[in-house]
Amino acid sequence: MQWNSVGEFFAMGGYALYVWGSFGACAVLMIAEPFLARRRLSEVRKILARERLADELDLQQKNQ
Amino acid sequence: MRQSIVHWFKFASPQSFYPLAGRMIPWFWAAAAIFGVAGLWISFFVAPTDAQQGEGYRIIFVHVPASWMSMFIYLVMAFWAGLGLALNTRVSGMMAQALAPTGALMAALSLLTGALWGKPMWGAWWVWDARLTSELILFFLYLGFMALQAAIDDPRRADKAGAILALVGVVNIPIIYFSVKWWNTLHQGSTINLNKAPSMAQTMLWGMLLMALAFWMYSIAVALMRVRAIILERERHTEWVKHAVE
Amino acid sequence: MSAFLATVRRDLLLALRRKSEVLTAVFFFVIVTSLFPLGIGPEPVLLKKIAPGILWVAALLATLLGLPRLFAADHGDGTLEQMALSPSPLGMLVAGKILAHWLLCGLPLVLLAPVLGLQFDLDPSALGILTLALLLGTPLLSLIGAIGAALTLGVRGGGVLLALLVLPLYIPALIFGAGAVEAHIAGLGAGGHLSLLAAMLALAVFFAPWATTAALRIALE
Repeated sequence: MQWNSVGEFFAMGGYALYVWGSFGACAVLMIAEPFLARRRLSEVRKILARERLADELDLQQKNQ
Repeated sequence: MRQSIVHWFKFASPQSFYPLAGRMIPWFWAAAAIFGVAGLWISFFVAPTDAQQGEGYRIIFVHVPASWMSMFIYLVMAFWAGLGLALNTRVSGMMAQALAPTGALMAALSLLTGALWGKPMWGAWWVWDARLTSELILFFLYLGFMALQAAIDDPRRADKAGAILALVGVVNIPIIYFSVKWWNTLHQGSTINLNKAPSMAQTMLWGMLLMALAFWMYSIAVALMRVRAIILERERHTEWVKHAVE
Repeated sequence: MSAFLATVRRDLLLALRRKSEVLTAVFFFVIVTSLFPLGIGPEPVLLKKIAPGILWVAALLATLLGLPRLFAADHGDGTLEQMALSPSPLGMLVAGKILAHWLLCGLPLVLLAPVLGLQFDLDPSALGILTLALLLGTPLLSLIGAIGAALTLGVRGGGVLLALLVLPLYIPALIFGAGAVEAHIAGLGAGGHLSLLAAMLALAVFFAPWATTAALRIALE
């Protein structure tokens, strides 16, 4: 362990901007991407559910 | 033999691949998290300070895995695309399409972290170093692939056209890399080489490998999530999709 | 083989009827190379240093201008479908079209380059190397470009997309083409660069018509 204090850890020996910038950029983008993928999936599902509902209503009307 | 071929082709249909992908995703997320935590622990608390670059070298633990993945994903993407072209399986093309944005993200992260590393070490955000330049061109290749697929409305044609482009890209990548390297040595002679950290400690290597595994598992998980969305989008008018989504 | 020659002849004849299209690319090449000294300044030492790069980049862009039309007209009037159905192999016909494209869009650039090189104060031996490099490089550009043209045939925003697809693939040609002249000026000899360009050309002659044909078949489906 080479850190004597929390402050030293965050200072990264003077390279804080670059080190935390790199890890931060990776974290932000790699959290954003799964969320976007998930939203894409849920949007298709929503459309499919709507189409399914429309089909069911059609069927009911025909039966009446 | 016969049995196993049938077995594999079963998962080549979107209908059976969709639930399979859904079951696999949590496992890959778990693996990504475990490798990621271990890798981050080594990167920040075990790996010693570098004699020349101080703490700044710790960028290597995200820069190198992102670069590796960006190249590896292009190969995997071209493999799926080629498979789709040769065997006419639908899921292969969808896999290629799902991998492209993740590959482009990895290339972008590699460029971004490369710039953040270059600034303190070289004194410039961007240096026309052979590796950085090749990575930039790889990023362009990803953009071209995605733009071509987005511009073609018919998904089957988009798959096939994308496959040809990906294969042409794979043939070209070694040529591009070699030519950029040649160009670089001709023009600059000696630049500091980022990735050859002097006397790389064993722990640094372990950190890099663990982080690369984490990035790998992450890429698979995200690509599977995206391929599920693509499957539903393309197959929305089939009977099985109507039953799959309750 | 006769089908190959017939296609070359047909495309050349068609182009002669629409001369302006061919001339546009040539004028573009001339104007772009002439713009650089205006933007950078008339200092001969600097211009001499950047001349190979400028001439090569201008040649890349000028080749790009003619590419969208490579298959578009034949696709529009249905000739391409007839070609795909004809008994002679489509690959041969495609190779003929690519050769015709090079004769119309590539060869004029090769012939003009030494004249434009004079604007940059290149000496005669450097001009010779430049012409030789372009002679080996421009067919390569046409061959790689044809793959892109076939992939983007009839696609939304095809022209811009074509540039996005093809330009990254042009980079090795640019590096070795411009590098040949620079190496010659630096006294290192251009042999290595030129033979690598020739090797890439040989590879492209073999593979590009094949990939282009595959892409055209997909576009015609």
